[in-house]
Amino acid sequence: MTAVMGTPMLRKEDAKLLTGESKFVDDIHIPGELWMGMVRSPHAKATINSIDASGALAMPGVHAVHTGAELAEMGLWLAPLPCAWPVTPDMLNPPHFPVASGEVHHVGEIVAVVLADSRYGAADAIDEVIVDYDALPAAASVAAARDGDVLAHSDLDTNKAYHWPLVPDPDALDAAFAGADVVVAADFVQQRLIPMAMEPRGVLAVPSPHGGDITLYSATQVPHILKVMAAATTGIPENQIRIIAPAVGGGFGAKLNINPDEILALTLANKLGRAVRWTESRSEAAGSTHQGRGQLQHIELAADSNGKLQGVRVHIDADMGAYMMLITPGVPLLGSFLYTGVYDVPAFGFTCDGYFTNMTPTDAYRGAGRPEASYAIERAMDLLALKVGIGPDEIRRRNYINGGEAFENHEAASTLIFDSGHYGPSLDRALEMADYDGLRAEQARRREAGDNVQLGIGMCTYVEICGLAPSRALGGLGYGAGGWEHATVRMLPTGKVEVVSGSTPHGQGHETAWSQIIADKMGISPYDVTVLHSDTAMSPLGLDTYGSRSLAVGGVAIAMAADKVVEKARLIAAHQFEAAPEDVQFESGSFSVAGSPDTAVHIQALGFAAFAAHDLPDGIEPNLQEQVSFDPPNFAFPFGTHVAVVEVDEGTGGVELIGYFAVDDCGNQVNPLIVEGQVHGGIVQGAAQALFEEAAYDDDGNITNPSMMDYLVPSTMEMPSIELDSTTTPSTTNPLGVKGVGEAGTIGSAAAVINAVCDALSPHGISDLEMPASPRRVWEAINRASGNGEGGAA
Amino acid sequence: MVKLTLTVNGVTHTSEVEPRTLLVHHLRDNLGLTGTNIGCDTSSCGACTVHLEGQSVKSCTMLAVQADGGEITTIEGLAGQAQEAGTATGDQNWHPMQEAFHQCHGLQCGYCTPGMVMAATSLLDENPGADEAGVREGLEGNLCRCTGYHNIVKAVLQAKGGA
Repeated sequence: MTAVMGTPMLRKEDAKLLTGESKFVDDIHIPGELWMGMVRSPHAKATINSIDASGALAMPGVHAVHTGAELAEMGLWLAPLPCAWPVTPDMLNPPHFPVASGEVHHVGEIVAVVLADSRYGAADAIDEVIVDYDALPAAASVAAARDGDVLAHSDLDTNKAYHWPLVPDPDALDAAFAGADVVVAADFVQQRLIPMAMEPRGVLAVPSPHGGDITLYSATQVPHILKVMAAATTGIPENQIRIIAPAVGGGFGAKLNINPDEILALTLANKLGRAVRWTESRSEAAGSTHQGRGQLQHIELAADSNGKLQGVRVHIDADMGAYMMLITPGVPLLGSFLYTGVYDVPAFGFTCDGYFTNMTPTDAYRGAGRPEASYAIERAMDLLALKVGIGPDEIRRRNYINGGEAFENHEAASTLIFDSGHYGPSLDRALEMADYDGLRAEQARRREAGDNVQLGIGMCTYVEICGLAPSRALGGLGYGAGGWEHATVRMLPTGKVEVVSGSTPHGQGHETAWSQIIADKMGISPYDVTVLHSDTAMSPLGLDTYGSRSLAVGGVAIAMAADKVVEKARLIAAHQFEAAPEDVQFESGSFSVAGSPDTAVHIQALGFAAFAAHDLPDGIEPNLQEQVSFDPPNFAFPFGTHVAVVEVDEGTGGVELIGYFAVDDCGNQVNPLIVEGQVHGGIVQGAAQALFEEAAYDDDGNITNPSMMDYLVPSTMEMPSIELDSTTTPSTTNPLGVKGVGEAGTIGSAAAVINAVCDALSPHGISDLEMPASPRRVWEAINRASGNGEGGAA
Repeated sequence: MVKLTLTVNGVTHTSEVEPRTLLVHHLRDNLGLTGTNIGCDTSSCGACTVHLEGQSVKSCTMLAVQADGGEITTIEGLAGQAQEAGTATGDQNWHPMQEAFHQCHGLQCGYCTPGMVMAATSLLDENPGADEAGVREGLEGNLCRCTGYHNIVKAVLQAKGGA
């Protein structure tokens, strides 16, 4: 049988999605269900004086209206919504309950919940709940929070939630900067982003009052984590909670939280004995689902006169938003180890201050800390190249780990061990695909001609941390849980295979990829494999999907469980052959005795023997089922080089991305088709941060662009076709040699695009532009640089 | 309540609805055709695209009563329509656009897919010779967050070639 792993097998998931058969949360209905409607604060910070629900309660079809104070009295929860990552022992963590009482801390925070018998009825009733507030001044930016004139939480005496340092050798760092020929210092803004998975979040809680259990359907990436946290938060015994993530329409990190609506649906349904549901509206999501990024970055590079790096020093002020959600404080830490990028840097130091603001909480968004880190170092490297007077390709080549040659187990100054890398070829190939020399010639021609539309070429070589995570490493960072993943593989009596996956897909193609792994490991057709997932009753153990971990942790667990099934089947085959197990070989799904190929038995035929159990070897239990919890010994470190080509219209400031070339290395690939799809989507999300997207808050903490009309998710018209290639440097972290690819595109693209825009504008002396590089920002920068005086604040 | 008759995927349904009911909510909540999705509240994303009298419409942008007496095709009915027309293709006997999305990996989470496929079929009906620029222009009203559009555009061009 030819290998299935490594081939572009078409996805098994597609059929139900292409025909409308898939069931997302909002597609599932239970008779008698009640609709929740959330009454949300229109103020970023305010005192709630009173809530008058009488108008809503008088409406037909309205069952109840509960304020935060009432819900607290009803005893629906034991604890506030959880933060699983207290990054320091003294981190501030003000209580965050599903519904506020007393003081609200961001626009969109829930102040009362309506229960009505229809979708429209709930929406109507929200409008009839009258809330009297005293609005208070808000800390509406991380800079304002840092200044501290306004407190985000009145009962805290500071906005600073924590200080987290990673300075392995302070003396070496000081010496590096003291002895440097060249120092580059730069400040970058990582604007807040709204994740905007196409499916809004939604929940449906279905109680079984007599059975004593409750099922929560949620559009979540993390059914297993949600189950544990829901039990801890509500006091409903964990063994009576079942979480189902049905079809989930994208996540990008935004669906990995423990949200007010999830806890409200569970507890209200449990109390009422009726199903309770809610579906987020798109415009509501800006206040009901966490946002991403939100950092002010300061980076300094120390180098010798040839541009060889001696040290990197970083400080960031991170915007927590109004509350610490599941991993809010930890997101900057996920990036902290990557501020030296792909470079050989002798000395490194990183510090982060987390600040509360009166805005929607931040948390993981595709890349989670790593796109920010990659952006800072890769933008700063271009500034260093300018200062040293060499090209952006040359500054990178001079600094790549191991001179750009292949390496294994490199200890970075951040203390992490990079599993493997080979950076030079990814740059070579990306520049070749882009026809770099040809682009530079065309750029020179346009500059010479004074063309109104200038060309810019930008590059970025990134490295990321995937395969979250070794449990011990997480423990060392203060995270509250582990990073293993669980898998069960069983061969059924008829020879078909069921795989139970602890990692939970929401578009990544787990059903296909896991089938390919099983097909190769067991020598069977991938179409004989069914993957079970996303239901805690079916898949009781797991740690879910985020941080590009599914394959590098969960897929490896599946491969290891399959190996164990094969080993058990080998014992049964040996018994049938009356041979010693060590004399039985396994190839292409068949067991045979070495030297006697005519005695072969296929592994699928042993499924029934193991099930019937009439003639098993002594000491062998019936059934072919094995399970593995795989805890990786290290992270995995994918990398790649991206080249972006832009045209900048100097008359309008408009930037058009006209070419994109990416060479990614995610180790061994299980399915190149899926890899390419992940990279395509990631690139567009990163490019969108560079050029279009920003959650724009005004000085009062109002978000001014919550809808898809105003928030610029790119369409077909903003993106070019993308040209991809890959190199393969297997990971040394796991037996499959795989690394992860879900976030790679996003981590490489924002820096590549902004580097390209700055490259186009360099004749004006413009070396930096804040994201998103909107036409207005670009136009103003050009005018300011030209001394026209027409450029206001960018 | 208002009486309303729609023929959806060849089946005639007569219903009573609140006058304000959006077509997409009628299809999903009253007729149980949940393949058509809702991704926004500003007519921006196109996840709710269906065919009304053979033309693509965003079903969140019209009232159910505005479609009274009309013929609608949703994603659930697309393959059947192609089978009747004799244009169905592939192992699954789908509409060529569904098959092309499958072949080209034009979907990941699949949430935008029903609307994207319905918009794409309508696009090729209106502009059978669309090139890449034409396909991109024609799909501007449909947002996808997973694919970066690359493989969607490829799929539509492939469906055009195979039609």
